[in-house]
Amino acid sequence: MSNNIILQAKDLHLYYGQTEALKGIDFEIQEKKITALIGPSGCGKSTFLKTLNRMNDLIPSVSITGEVLFQGKNILEKDVDVTQLRRQIGMVFQKPNPFPMSIYDNIAYGPRLHGNHSRSELDELVERSLRGAALWDEVKDRLKKSAMGLSGGQQQRLCIARALAVQPDVLLMDEPTSALDPGSTLRIEDLMADLKKDYTVVIVTHNMQQAARISDQTAFFLTGNLVEYGNTGDLFANPKDKKTEDYITGRFG
Amino acid sequence: MKVKQQVERIMNAVFLLCGMVSIAAVALITLYMIWAGLPAIIEVGPVDFLFGTVWKSTAADPKFGILPFILTSVWGMVGALLLGVPVGVLTAVFLAKLAPEKLANLVRPAVELLAGIPSVVYGLIGMIVLVPAVMDFFKLKSGSNLFSAILVLTIMVLPNIISVSETALRAVPKEYEEASLGLGATWIETVFRVSIPAARSGIVAGIVLGAGRAVGEAMAVMMVAGNVANMPGLFKSVRFLTTAVASEMSYAADGSLQKQALFSIGLVLFVFIMLINWGLHKFLKRGEDQ
Repeated sequence: MSNNIILQAKDLHLYYGQTEALKGIDFEIQEKKITALIGPSGCGKSTFLKTLNRMNDLIPSVSITGEVLFQGKNILEKDVDVTQLRRQIGMVFQKPNPFPMSIYDNIAYGPRLHGNHSRSELDELVERSLRGAALWDEVKDRLKKSAMGLSGGQQQRLCIARALAVQPDVLLMDEPTSALDPGSTLRIEDLMADLKKDYTVVIVTHNMQQAARISDQTAFFLTGNLVEYGNTGDLFANPKDKKTEDYITGRFG
Repeated sequence: MKVKQQVERIMNAVFLLCGMVSIAAVALITLYMIWAGLPAIIEVGPVDFLFGTVWKSTAADPKFGILPFILTSVWGMVGALLLGVPVGVLTAVFLAKLAPEKLANLVRPAVELLAGIPSVVYGLIGMIVLVPAVMDFFKLKSGSNLFSAILVLTIMVLPNIISVSETALRAVPKEYEEASLGLGATWIETVFRVSIPAARSGIVAGIVLGAGRAVGEAMAVMMVAGNVANMPGLFKSVRFLTTAVASEMSYAADGSLQKQALFSIGLVLFVFIMLINWGLHKFLKRGEDQ
């Protein structure tokens, strides 16, 4: 088994003002695997996820110590080009958030941003991204129509396609199915299994069954600490920590 | 229970009544403007009235051509929007998206104050400061001209454009901006490619409001534009539709053709503002998804 580490957190502390939200996280994420972050609300799993592509920069009161190594380089350094980082580490959000533009323009947004305006290349990229997100067949006849007319599940797959269009290495997903119905959730879970052939996926989920179904690695967060992580099968079958066991057996959370 | 239902019914009637008041006002004004404005147009002849280039209402052989006023109002509005829209929209972007909260809280009241200044004060300052400055700067015999009026109108339309656009920009869902940043856009790219397009209809509303103010303003432009019924030129003294009515109304004899013609100008102005509202909405919103 080739277990290449693509992202590595070292003694990561994060503060919202005075409140410590991450209390020293040491964590490795393997390439081309699905890593699930689970834990109750407020445990720091989303905060950790957003640290990986510096989306926490948007919150002025945040301060961070420690390191996050991506391809061997600490991405928390001041001189890191955040726009370049976010091209490589894309993000899908909790609520589907397509732009109020056509389906085509949504997908082409990222590539255009990065200087690609060739009509034929964009056409191809749009098709490839939509196929990659298992949405092409449903929307190929209405690419010029507004993305706001799609169903919630389709919108979320559009957002995945939009993230794929900039050809990232890593895809961060912040509870991507929590606003969706069970059918749409299933389609996105199927999609993730395909995605890991080409991408590293890190997903935050509230839903332990989902983590068990789709992920290779699972990490359990509690009150800002990383309590336990390991192979998903092992963690769910034989949790080492009492708190993990209590959580996955539904005793709290 | 019964009392509650009765209160409900009465309140419904009150709301209906309030709604009716403004509708009735619009309807009455429209009807009155048509009734008071049409006779002179018919007597002078619609073509001579709208497209005549000479206005001599008090001459022995009076001429009632209002094309100079129409064109002046058009140029005044266009000029004020050409200058005011870029400055206004960018100020709104600054306030809503870029400025540190403290600075924004300092600039915003200033903009609101701008909206509250009576137009006669704009006129006064225009007369005392702007008109001589324009005269000196362009080496003219007089600074009372269309250009000065456009500058004053620009300042006057700014608060409308800024405050409505800012509200619209602030209402853009954060999720759109996050998505854009997540794709590797810078903040400025995000603002121009996502926030402004998403706030488009609000920004349009601000521009239309500004256009309405520019066309409808009378006092300030009367004081800086020279108020002569010339065909418009940037450095010529001009008279607007509004100022044409205001400057002769006080001495026009009741029942005279002159007074009737002033009402006709009012009617033209009224139609004109309706058309601008409708036309700008159509023009600025074309291509919008829906």
